[in-house]
Formats: sequence, structure tokens, C-alpha cells
Amino acid sequence: MDRVAIIGVSMTQFGVREGSWIRDLLSEAAMDCIETTGIVPKNIDHVYVSNMASGEFEGQTGIMNALVHDIGAIPAYTARIDQTSASGGAGIYAAWQSIASGQSDMTLLVGGEKMTHTSTSMATEIISTLTHPVEYKHGVTLPSFAGLIAQLYLHKYNASRESLAKVAVKNHKNGVDNPHAHFRKEVDIEAVLNSPIVADPLRLYDFCPITDGSAALMFCSESRAKKITQDYVVITGIGGATDTHVVHERREPTTLDAVVNSSNKAYEMANKTPNDIDVAELHDMFTILEILQSEDLGFFNKGEGWKAVEQGVTDIDGELPINTSGGLKSKGHPLGASGVAQVHELYHQLMGTAGKRQVDAKTGLACNIGGFGNCAITTILESI
Amino acid sequence: MSTDLNVHKCPNGHLCYPKHSVCPKCGVLMGNKTVSLSELNGTVVTWTKSTVPPPGVRSPNILAIVEYYIEGQSITLLGGIENESVNIGDVVKATYVSSLRDAEYGQRDEESQTWSGHRFKVVN
Repeated sequence: MDRVAIIGVSMTQFGVREGSWIRDLLSEAAMDCIETTGIVPKNIDHVYVSNMASGEFEGQTGIMNALVHDIGAIPAYTARIDQTSASGGAGIYAAWQSIASGQSDMTLLVGGEKMTHTSTSMATEIISTLTHPVEYKHGVTLPSFAGLIAQLYLHKYNASRESLAKVAVKNHKNGVDNPHAHFRKEVDIEAVLNSPIVADPLRLYDFCPITDGSAALMFCSESRAKKITQDYVVITGIGGATDTHVVHERREPTTLDAVVNSSNKAYEMANKTPNDIDVAELHDMFTILEILQSEDLGFFNKGEGWKAVEQGVTDIDGELPINTSGGLKSKGHPLGASGVAQVHELYHQLMGTAGKRQVDAKTGLACNIGGFGNCAITTILESI
Repeated sequence: MSTDLNVHKCPNGHLCYPKHSVCPKCGVLMGNKTVSLSELNGTVVTWTKSTVPPPGVRSPNILAIVEYYIEGQSITLLGGIENESVNIGDVVKATYVSSLRDAEYGQRDEESQTWSGHRFKVVN
């Protein structure tokens, strides 16, 4: 089968983008990707837009039509892809399917979110509306789910609170060298442990910021890619899965079954095992999530991911670098953009163009999560 | 209206909360049988204290996942804690609350769901 290639990537500056609204952000990333690849907009067959809540945040719906209009890609087929925080990963899945099925010869995926014009309280509330009614009525937020599961994880596995802080320290350090990151500033363990409690035992610095931004990827078949450029990577494995909508119904609360199941599909398709992964971008919306994913993706045994962080295994110069981009923690988490930006980082790592963040990698894995593990997409990419 | 904490029981005896169309464990249609947990003790599996709750929610908002054992099975529920502090392993009883949050200030339409339910009180 002709493999699906990614022939170009782009992302906007992530951060507080005052004056730039969702249409501006999506167009900025899209046009940058179009210019980078030299693809004429009229020759793009499918345009997917990964976005969770532009209607709720900004009062702008129909953003996929807006983008096709704004970049001159009419009459391309288009759709907005919403899988909450995993919208970016779901967009990659849709783009991959469009090429693999032969329905599209050239597909553009753009993920983005505009969030910082709302208050933190309102942004958190908009995201909280993804929860089930029986949990929503208790005032549950995504941060409070993270607090509940972090509390249990620390208790059950006798894990150190410092290990969670070290995830933040590591990712902030990586983000310093990422020019697109929201925060390019190191933090130390004391700063994390002394920051205000948000959802006990998690503190402010255990959480990613609220961020504006957009990222884009251009997809085509490998046979087509070879005629256009030598600079491409291939998707060799991809899988998506869901878990219970009601978090208290989970089989085992410290295991993200959607991550387990989506990654099993991706590993099988790519004919890879966790040991084959050289670099990974994980969904560290909260520090605890990076540790849970590192276990549920099979990198470490259950209950031992925190030890790997403490031992520096996941540092940029460690055995398995995780979140060389700075992760959601320092790069920021513009919901629909995050999964796309994960693959933006892996593209550069596999192409050898990651600059100061460069690691030795031929195979990369991205895991994008929606809700508190309600859904997940795992993507495996390889250099040629 | 009953103020009991009722969970749902499928024809094969499996418990779930909330109600599903089909039993999450065996896949049969659920039917309308319920079992009350109101007189039973539950155990706190985990908890958090949320200091920045959404609009219309009490602050701080202590939340817990509580496990009950009944009819040879375990069932877990999420709810607020009425005490000022709580620990993993604490024993709790459910208490009915007519309005768990002020829906007027939330994003979700007030008419789209119910707002009454149960919190838990520590009874160690």
C-alpha cells in the first residue's frame, strides 16, 4: 500500500495573540504551510480544521468554510473535526484516511483555537461542558479530574510529589529552545511546589496555560511526495479509541484505556513495539497525564513512569526523550492545535531540523488526548 | 420524588451509575430496576480540593470518588464532600442536596439536565 506522507508543516507563535482571532490564526498557519510546500491552494482536495469550541469561545462557527474561503482553496471538500482536546489527533486521522482511501490527492490539516480573550474561569467552564451531566452538576473540571487521579496515583504507587514537578521542570527547559512556545522560561522544582494549589495535590505549575495558536500539516501519498520533495516523513501507524464518558466508571482510574487501545492499534499497524520509539510527544495538559501516558503507551510498567522522570530517562538527552517541544506545558494548549503541533515537532525531529532540540530519532510517536482520557489518538511517524 | 441514592441494576444483576441504555458489563437492555445505597457506607477511593471552581460552584469544592460494595460487586460514584477535609479510606454516607451548583452561571442550559444529587459526609 502507498504510505501516507507529510510533506510540510507550520505553526504560528503560540501564546497570547491579542487581535488575532480564530480565522486569522488558522489562515496564518495554513498559508505558511502552503508557502513551505509550494502547493497551489486550488490543488488541495481536502481541508480539515481541528477545533473544539470556536463557537463557544468566539461566536464563530463554520470555520472550515471560512478557512477554505480565506486561503483560496474552493471547491475543496472540508470538515471541522472535533474530538475536544484530541481534535488535532482526530484531524490527523481524518487527513490520513483521506489520502489512504484515495479520496484526496492532497490534504491540508489546520488545527487551532482562540482562547485567551476569555477569563481562565470561563475557559475552564467551556472545556468542562464536555463532562457527563452526573459529573458536571458537581462542578467537576478537567483540572479536578487530574487532581483526583494524581492523588490516587501518588497513594497507590507511593510516588513522589516531586516527580510530577519534574515533568513541568523538564518540559519548561525544553520549551526554552522552541521559538513557537508560549513560555520560554525555565522553572525549578521549588517554584512548582510553591505555586498555588489548583486541585490538590496539583498546583498551578502542574497545568498547561490557556493559549492561542494554530498549526498545519500537508498530506499526500508517498509516491506523490517523491515527485515533489525529498523532505517528508511517513505515517506508519495510527489508531484511535475511547474510554468511558463518566470518569468514575473507569475500570482502573490510573490507567487510560483509550491510550492503551489506540496505541495498540498504532503499534500493530506500524509493526513496532514501545521499544522502537525514539522520541515522543505526549499530551501533558497536566503533569500527571504525561506519566500516565508513558505507562499506558508501554514505555514503562504501570506505577513506574514517575521513576523514569526522576531518573532522567525522559529528558531531552535521556534514553526516551518526551516532549522535546516543551509539551503542552510550556508550548501551550490551544485545544484543536495541540495534536497537530505534536506532529509538527516530530516532523522536525525526524527530518533533523529541530535545531537546539534535536535528538537522534528515526521513529516518533504522538499521543493526543481528549477530555480526561475520554478519547485518544496515537500516531507513529518514521523518517524515510 | 425519592431522595435516595439509587444505582441501576440490569436483568443479570450488574450495577451501574448513571443509567445506561445497555448494561456496560453484559450488554443487555437495562430495564428500570434500582438499588438504594442511602443506608450503606462507602469508602473514599480518592479526593481533590478544587480551589478555582467554575461559575456557580461552591469554593473550595472538595470532590471524591467513592466506592460501595453491594450484592457482591463494587460500584463507584463521584460526588462532593460535605466536610472541610477528607482522606483516602475514609468511610462516608450519602446525603441529598437539592441543588449541587447554581446552573444560572454555567455554560450548560439550565433545562438540559437535573441539578440535584448527593454529596458525601465522613462518618469514620
